[in-house]
Amino acid sequence: MREKKTFRGVFLNGVLNENPTFRLVLGVCPTLASTTSATNSIGMGLAATFVLVGSNIVISMLRNLIPDKVRIPAYIVVISTFVTIVQMLIQAFVPSLYEALGLFIPLIVVNCIILARAEAFAGKSSVFLSAADGFGMGLGFTGALLLIGAVRELLGNGTLFGNNILGGGFEPMLLAVMAPGGFILFGLILGIVNAITDRISARKGAKA
Amino acid sequence: MEFTLTNFLLFMVNCVLTNNFIFSRYLGCCPFLGVSSKVETAAGMGIAVTFVMGLASLFTYAVYHYILVPLQISYLITISFILVIAALVQFVEMFLKKSMPSLYNALGIYLPLITTNCAVLGVTILNIDNKYNMLWSVLNGVFGALGFLLAIVLMAGVRERLESSNIPKAFKGFPISLVIAGLMSVAFLGFAGLGN
Repeated sequence: MREKKTFRGVFLNGVLNENPTFRLVLGVCPTLASTTSATNSIGMGLAATFVLVGSNIVISMLRNLIPDKVRIPAYIVVISTFVTIVQMLIQAFVPSLYEALGLFIPLIVVNCIILARAEAFAGKSSVFLSAADGFGMGLGFTGALLLIGAVRELLGNGTLFGNNILGGGFEPMLLAVMAPGGFILFGLILGIVNAITDRISARKGAKA
Repeated sequence: MEFTLTNFLLFMVNCVLTNNFIFSRYLGCCPFLGVSSKVETAAGMGIAVTFVMGLASLFTYAVYHYILVPLQISYLITISFILVIAALVQFVEMFLKKSMPSLYNALGIYLPLITTNCAVLGVTILNIDNKYNMLWSVLNGVFGALGFLLAIVLMAGVRERLESSNIPKAFKGFPISLVIAGLMSVAFLGFAGLGN
């Protein structure tokens, strides 16, 4: 029997068990493109979280009104509305982030995470739980981006959030912030995260 | 940009190699990682994307310049473009099913996936940002997609060999594919400076 879903349970599920970046490997393009620095990572993560929470809430409210056959186009309209809102907000209040993320802000529309959550969760759950799922998934995505972004910025620039950490003697690995470094470091971090979670679940299995 | 043979060739090299969608712009990574386990399916996906991206560039150009700009609602660009692409993909699917069943059988299953391929929406927005005219927009779509085709077929070739190799369990699947994509991307860095 499945236990009753709680706000906390759904939220933690998004952050940890089903982390969209590390466990489901969704939304690879924004992950690679926005993790050139820790600051950009947080910007992209929070923008996506805003869209996820907003679209999850609205889709969940409309879930009994949207006919099954046209649900995907309907979801896309809702999502792109929120993306347009977030794009305008970023352009108005954080123009430097708007410059840095550029094309990838409108592309939040086709971020698979958001459509996947609308389809898998918000389309059949209550408003409250859908909001929890949006927050959980969004923050899980933000956390993963921040981890990758921090590693890439540290290796590629020797800085973290723009502050010099590794000192003047450190020779920056330029490759880490260029396109190839994104692929390689994301692959390595994903592999390490897999190894750690495998070990944890093996230990849990041994206990039970 | 004027249309001359030199411009055309430079533009082609630039789109396919130097600014490859996958390796230098990070566009279209989801299908690149998801549909690249066999060379045949990868080629099918690449060709379907080429077809849709060429058409999408043409239609979104028309929508932007003949509908959004005259009505002064160009802030609706994201919503309208994604709807144009979704409708276009649906239409292409129905058209192929009716008139070219053989092509439909080959490409059909990839078509629904293309709506959420960020390379398609990406290229249409880039066309507008770069202020390309209709001809260059379509060329940008088609050549960009050919770059995607090249990347996904190369990747599938490597991944077929990978099936039989001994990889640590934690690195199986996505992690090792990402590292390989990174190494291929290093190779594509070698084209930098070409075609600019």
